[in-house]
Amino acid sequence: MEAPPYAVFLFPSVSHALKAEKILKKQGIVYKLIPVPRHISTDCGVCLRVAVEQQELAAEALQGMVAWERMVLL
Amino acid sequence: MQPNPGDNHLIYFDNAATSWPKPAGMIEAMNHYSGIIGGSPGRSGHRRSLDAGRIILETREVLADLFGIDDSLRIAFTKNATEALNIALLGLLHSGDHVITSGMEHNSVMRPLRFLETQGVQISVVSCSGDGRLNPEDVRAAIRPQTRLLVVAHASNVTGTIQPIAEMGHIVREHGFLFCVDAAQTAGALPIHVDEMAIDLLAFSGHKSLFGPQGTGGLYIREGLEKHLRPLMMGGTGSRSEFEVQPDFMPDKYESGTPNAIGLAGLGAGVRFVLAEGVEAIRSKEEGLTERFLKGLASLKGITVYGPPDAASRTAVVSFNIAGVSPSEAALAFDERFGILCRPGLHCAPAAHRTIGTFSRGTIRFGFGYFNNDEEVSFALEAIHSLAGGSTEQ
Repeated sequence: MEAPPYAVFLFPSVSHALKAEKILKKQGIVYKLIPVPRHISTDCGVCLRVAVEQQELAAEALQGMVAWERMVLL
Repeated sequence: MQPNPGDNHLIYFDNAATSWPKPAGMIEAMNHYSGIIGGSPGRSGHRRSLDAGRIILETREVLADLFGIDDSLRIAFTKNATEALNIALLGLLHSGDHVITSGMEHNSVMRPLRFLETQGVQISVVSCSGDGRLNPEDVRAAIRPQTRLLVVAHASNVTGTIQPIAEMGHIVREHGFLFCVDAAQTAGALPIHVDEMAIDLLAFSGHKSLFGPQGTGGLYIREGLEKHLRPLMMGGTGSRSEFEVQPDFMPDKYESGTPNAIGLAGLGAGVRFVLAEGVEAIRSKEEGLTERFLKGLASLKGITVYGPPDAASRTAVVSFNIAGVSPSEAALAFDERFGILCRPGLHCAPAAHRTIGTFSRGTIRFGFGYFNNDEEVSFALEAIHSLAGGSTEQ
């Protein structure tokens, strides 16, 4: 079975997601803000999607800077 | 001196109420938001909603830079400093708690406190000197085992008197209770650093020295304190929509309902202006104008000036009286005869006027701003001279 191509970070609010976006942008990590997939959460907000190989790099960049709730592989 | 009442030649000395004019960038940012962005921040996930959210995040971030706040999400936006102070006071204090404040406070602090007093909160109002200074040692003497909070204005809206905030912050830290600072008059006008000053709750106005529009303000809440601070309002936040209970995290806990996004776009531009000019440069200019004015007043007869004698001990706010002319008469004459806009009366701060001995007469208040200049101050001094000479006192 192939590894999932993307990981998403779920945040408490859009403010958190946008703060995370700013941090990833500064680090040069490729990301996309997408609506939270319905099968992951009933939350109606947005989440940050990164390529799975950048997941650890993204987590390191966000650590201690902005709180996220979960990281899920798509 | 020619009377100068034309609408194009107004001298705006009411910056302590709200600053005017605003930087061009502030108006551009609000136009841009209104004409191009439009979306509801934090609600939908579409590009305009996200752009709106990004603009508000940027406003948080520049404010965090200005106040030395590590995490910009520790700032909750409010419609003004009053709402921020109400969240802090009504949200934190309970029956049995003791709170210390000063005799120079605005009603945005005193009214919530007097209400809380009826709910069983004990209040100590520490007296200030006649020029409005609070002695930190008097604060120390007022501390009780039940003391939960010290709330003081960084500077008085009546006399401009600057309080020794850092000294008081360290006394509060030493005794392990909380420190709330009303920075309505100082945010953008004086350096503020929440850690160096040991501030736990910082309430600020967006439309004064931060050059945002009216309807903007905010409250910084130290990490973890939101667990003990009840929100004033609850409702939709765009987050945790599946739950019917209010989110418990910053800033959503205190930001229910669609925010004033266009106002916050303007506030962001205002704060960027402050950062670009530099608080020190702004302070230096305003202090210079104040010094010029104080020196000029000292040479006039029949004028009583309140607050500290030196410009260095106050913000760009000067309260004074002209013998034989009531503050409201004087303000009307300044406006109609000289085109000078100022504020007479009690300035929503009866406690401060009692301290400086001007209750219930009030004072004339000139609030200078970064966009004022020496010529305007000189013109105002001539106008005051003229009004004082035309005294009608019996």
